[in-house]
Amino acid sequence: MIDRVIDSRGLDSFDLRFIGLIAVILSVGVLSIYSVTHSQDTAFPFYLKQLVWILLGTAAFLVMYLSDYHKIARLAYPTYAVILILLAVVLVMGKSSRGAQRWIPIGPFAFQPSEFAKLVLVLVLANYYSRVPRVGWLQRVVLPGLIVLPGLLLILKQPDLGSGLSFLAVYAAMLLMVGVRSKALGIILLLSVMLFPFVWEMVWASLHDYQRQRVMAFVDPDYDPGGKGYHALQSKIAIGSGELSGKGLYGGTQSQLKFLPEGHTDFVFAVYAEEWGFVGVLVLLALFIALIWVSLEIAARAKDTLGALLAAGIVAMLCFCVVVNIGMTAGMFPIVGIPLPLVSYGGSATIMTMASLGLLLNVKRRRLTLFY
Amino acid sequence: MASAGFNDSDLLDLQRRLVILRVGLLLVVALLALRLWHLQIREGPYYRDLSENNRTRSVVLEPARGLIFDRNGVLLANNVPSFTLYVTLEDVKDRQALVAQLASLLNLDPDVIQKKLSIGKGSKLQPRKIKDRLTLREATLIESHRLDLPGVMIQVESQRNYPGGAVAAHLLGYVGEVSADQLEKAEFADLHQGSIVGQYGVEKTFDRQVRGRAGQKSVEVDALGHEKRAVVAERPVAGDDLYLTIDIRLQKIAEDLLGEESGAIVALDPTTGDILAMASRPGFDPNVLSKELTNKQWVEIVQNEGRPLNNRAMQGQYPPGSTFKVVMAAAALESNTVTPSTTVRCNGGYQFGNRLFRDWKAGGHGSVDMNEALIHSCDVYFYTVGQRMGIDTIAEYAKQFGLGQETGIELPSERVGIVPSTAWKQKARNQPWYPGETISAAIGQGYVTVTPLQMASVIGTVANDGVAVRPRLVQAVMNRAAGERAEFPPTIRGKVAVRPATLALIKSALADVVTKGTATRAKSPLVTIAGKTGTAQTAALRTGPEKDIPKKFRDHAWFVAFAPVEAPRIAVAVLAEHMGHGGSAAAPLAKDIIEAYVKAYPQVVGGAPAGNRTKVPVPAVEARPRT
Repeated sequence: MIDRVIDSRGLDSFDLRFIGLIAVILSVGVLSIYSVTHSQDTAFPFYLKQLVWILLGTAAFLVMYLSDYHKIARLAYPTYAVILILLAVVLVMGKSSRGAQRWIPIGPFAFQPSEFAKLVLVLVLANYYSRVPRVGWLQRVVLPGLIVLPGLLLILKQPDLGSGLSFLAVYAAMLLMVGVRSKALGIILLLSVMLFPFVWEMVWASLHDYQRQRVMAFVDPDYDPGGKGYHALQSKIAIGSGELSGKGLYGGTQSQLKFLPEGHTDFVFAVYAEEWGFVGVLVLLALFIALIWVSLEIAARAKDTLGALLAAGIVAMLCFCVVVNIGMTAGMFPIVGIPLPLVSYGGSATIMTMASLGLLLNVKRRRLTLFY
Repeated sequence: MASAGFNDSDLLDLQRRLVILRVGLLLVVALLALRLWHLQIREGPYYRDLSENNRTRSVVLEPARGLIFDRNGVLLANNVPSFTLYVTLEDVKDRQALVAQLASLLNLDPDVIQKKLSIGKGSKLQPRKIKDRLTLREATLIESHRLDLPGVMIQVESQRNYPGGAVAAHLLGYVGEVSADQLEKAEFADLHQGSIVGQYGVEKTFDRQVRGRAGQKSVEVDALGHEKRAVVAERPVAGDDLYLTIDIRLQKIAEDLLGEESGAIVALDPTTGDILAMASRPGFDPNVLSKELTNKQWVEIVQNEGRPLNNRAMQGQYPPGSTFKVVMAAAALESNTVTPSTTVRCNGGYQFGNRLFRDWKAGGHGSVDMNEALIHSCDVYFYTVGQRMGIDTIAEYAKQFGLGQETGIELPSERVGIVPSTAWKQKARNQPWYPGETISAAIGQGYVTVTPLQMASVIGTVANDGVAVRPRLVQAVMNRAAGERAEFPPTIRGKVAVRPATLALIKSALADVVTKGTATRAKSPLVTIAGKTGTAQTAALRTGPEKDIPKKFRDHAWFVAFAPVEAPRIAVAVLAEHMGHGGSAAAPLAKDIIEAYVKAYPQVVGGAPAGNRTKVPVPAVEARPRT
């Protein structure tokens, strides 16, 4: 009965600004994907597939929106267990692409567990912190760290540096939210500094050759411009040559002539920046800021800690993906495989992002409830 | 369900911390925006250039070389389409692999390809020419491997072709790729690796006119270097056409007359200086040399004993032998050493100190005057007058006739021979002139050397009553685009300071040489011919009959002539290496050329109007005062 009352109020919480922003950003993505791939002669073109992903993403959005996030949070641990199993499965029988095993083939499609792992991690950590008292750095830092670790290791093993870093970002954002005392923070920092060389050694050793070379190429951009620095250089050329107002739709020679690899996935921002120029880039950045701003508002007005932590975790994850993706295409960071949320082509990422946003709106919706 | 871990104040605390996220977000996004502003606005033009270069390759469109015609418009050099292979390094992902692939597909030495990839200035965007004249099979092979060969491009270009093969090869010359050394020079500044330039003959001298101007094409390529679209930015401009003075029929006859022998024949119009034929044997096929040669082929040509690349007509330096007596006669009469009636007694030898200089005729010629001395080529007469004049007077006249200097023909690397004098010997040998050496010089032996072209010019000057016209090979240049034909007027070099009476005496004597002297084998029923034989000794000491001497030690045969005697329109110099006496070996060849000329241009003899005869104005040169 109470639930019915809540449900009747659901429409009030159905934030049109929020939905509108998502729709516009998704459109930018589809348009850019269409622009890069329209000359490819395939029966089922990328932009149509992306529309299918958006449709599925909308379903995921609605499911996450309409369910109770407390119930969803309660499923966090079992879901995390399933994800860990799937990540292990990927390592055993996953589909390889460019040296990394990230996908589980399902018919003609491929499912990428590491994308979903990010959202599940947010759920797990939010669930954990909302139940654990704010005492002791063991409970605050070490225990949740142990929860993060198996997933992180499995993802790095693929290797999927981008998702791995997203994991760490979510964990760091959560720590920030629950408030790490200055003493604890000091210890963490000290440990980090002391352990860094060993960790780096380990990370470096676990990296594939192509990843090491990408890091090298980042440190020295002119190092092998035709080889490993190729992506970074072509992406910078694409963005830079867009200048103020861009070359117009389909006018991006970098992407149209295939100088820019992965123009529809991780480098879709470069395609957009080449076609629409600095003006277009500012518009897209503004759209993202607006979306994140609205999300932060939701987090700030959440009625309980679980909601606040969920919202903050999701926002942190999205922010991280947007900043790192744009930063890497613009040559600020080394190239790690992170898609631009809502814009890059990809089923797992699109569905996961839309599900996250559904959950976020769910937090807003529950804000209005008095009882649950 | 209440939160187990956090209470409400904790929630507020937690939500306050969101500010950190907000500030962090704004900061990071501001940084991103700044970075994008830097890339797109500040460095935008730079990246715009890079993106243009990424997709466009500038391809040079080679111009068609100008055509070369003979005086009657017969085509001597043209262009035929052919496939040329270029490589753009920018698009090559794996250079070593490409070199290996091309080497096997084209059957080329990998080192040669490597070298071509590295010559010349220009960036990696500048296509390098690897091979031209690909066979259809090679071109097809490359095209079928197109997708595995990014950066490789086949262009249809025109290649130089000489329809006549070896005929007139020394005059036309040949073309070849501009060398790395040439590219360094200012005159080739607008060229690039792979440009074709004239390397010999008129192809070289007139390269600037004939070469034309290269055009440019922008080719849009994708990331794999595959051509997508091409835009012609600038059309190539074809080179100018050349009209040579030669008559290819005469040229062919002259070359055939020499046949397998080594030697040269020069035929020119003494009134205009037009070279009608200029043959040098042995020759070469410029079609072969204009291709890329292997090292072995090149060494074979250069080290060939017959030295086919040597244009004997203007680079061969030979003692003139008795043909020099024409100059001697003018010198002796003009320097008043002798008068036409002065006689010299010839007993078959001339004693100087303890050395006896023999006459070619064992018994001697008896008492001879200038006229007879020329007709019968009496050596003793010229020993005597030479000794009286002294070497410096001889040198002075020889120079007036143009010996010892370039004729100025439009061909590269003309040689000048030697006109010896006391000053020359001091300078060249650091020795004084010995009087005995004058005696050898007087009959065109010793230090005196000339080229056949110089001798043709000398006899032409005599025929033209002392007016020396610069020999020329190019009549006109035709600018095809403008449709303008620029004629080159004949150039008078000067008038020798020889009185008409002296020239008349010499001309008459030379006419008698053919009718009753040493060159009766040059006598023609078609036309009156005047001439002078010569035999140039190659070895100082020779004994026994001619036929017992190995050929390479035998004398060179000379004959210089002009015709018709009354109004000369052709002057000829024939030099046949190691063929013995001029009268027997060289004179008949001159006669054949002259007869061929008369048949081809009948207006030269008889009353027929001299259609294209050019009246050359004679500049006023002060006659040498008689003393």
